[in-house]
Amino acid sequence: MTSRCAQIEIKGASELACMRRAGSVVAETLRALSKAVRPGISTLELDRIAGEEIRKRGAKPAFLGYRGYPAVLCASVNEEVIHGIPSKTRVLKEGDIIGFDLGAVVDGFYGDSALTVAVGPVSKEAEKLLRVTREALERAVEQVRPGSRIGDIGAAVQRHAEENGCSVVREFVGHGIGRALHEEPAVPNFGKAGTGARLVAGMVLAIEPMVNAGGPEVRVLPDGWTAVTADGRLSAHFEHTVAVTENGAEILTA
Amino acid sequence: MTKEDKIEVEGKILESLPNAMFRVQIPGEKVILAHISGKMRVHYIKILPGDTVKVELSPYDLTRGRIVYRER
Repeated sequence: MTSRCAQIEIKGASELACMRRAGSVVAETLRALSKAVRPGISTLELDRIAGEEIRKRGAKPAFLGYRGYPAVLCASVNEEVIHGIPSKTRVLKEGDIIGFDLGAVVDGFYGDSALTVAVGPVSKEAEKLLRVTREALERAVEQVRPGSRIGDIGAAVQRHAEENGCSVVREFVGHGIGRALHEEPAVPNFGKAGTGARLVAGMVLAIEPMVNAGGPEVRVLPDGWTAVTADGRLSAHFEHTVAVTENGAEILTA
Repeated sequence: MTKEDKIEVEGKILESLPNAMFRVQIPGEKVILAHISGKMRVHYIKILPGDTVKVELSPYDLTRGRIVYRER
């Protein structure tokens, strides 16, 4: 039996420079999107803004046409976990939380990042969920340094979420990123510390904790893309593309 | 599930769970729960983490699957 071991690509200095550029395009576009969020705007309009911001920086949107995905941006409102398809009929109102996930490609290198924002004032539960998820990503990035393992990242996310009464989505995972949007390895948001591949300087991972206020179960809607929480409660998503460097982690999508 | 409805994908086993259930990574950043098919049980075919397998998914629930074949 031949062994087909998938290899994790190590990026050199010049490749990391390209990835930094892709990462900053994504980061700036996300910032512009958060500023554009207001009650009454449709997710389709936000998708248009996202496409504009990406293109005006000389990059191409990574999600459009990827495996048949119809838009530039994933806009996931409230109980939608991930991959919400932007539409004219989905209009934001005060109290909603909306998760933006987008990717851009510059010179063949990809950047992928996400954040969840509140539309106007939101409930205490929503604020807590956003804070916990953002912190979970920070805890995960703290684990990234040469010598640590993939399982450490997931364990940190899971521990932080569950300590705060939330749960971690199992059906979607972080991933390596580089010349392709999704590369080896898989970076689950759950797991046992000390397991999994060892991190080495030059690896670039997209770490994306998805945290639910209720239970971890998720179902996919008939459109084949949008995932919603099985119990209908809120879900938040934050993501950064992180490079492993000699001194630890470098967030490329800050 | 009729012959026309099912979706076949290739995946990699991430971990083995009790009752011959496995967590499988699907193309794209998706992870599903899958069980071993009866035919594989009958022929005593073992599956370990790291194996590449063919999985059948139902269009009614894209997060559950049936493992039907283990690649060489």
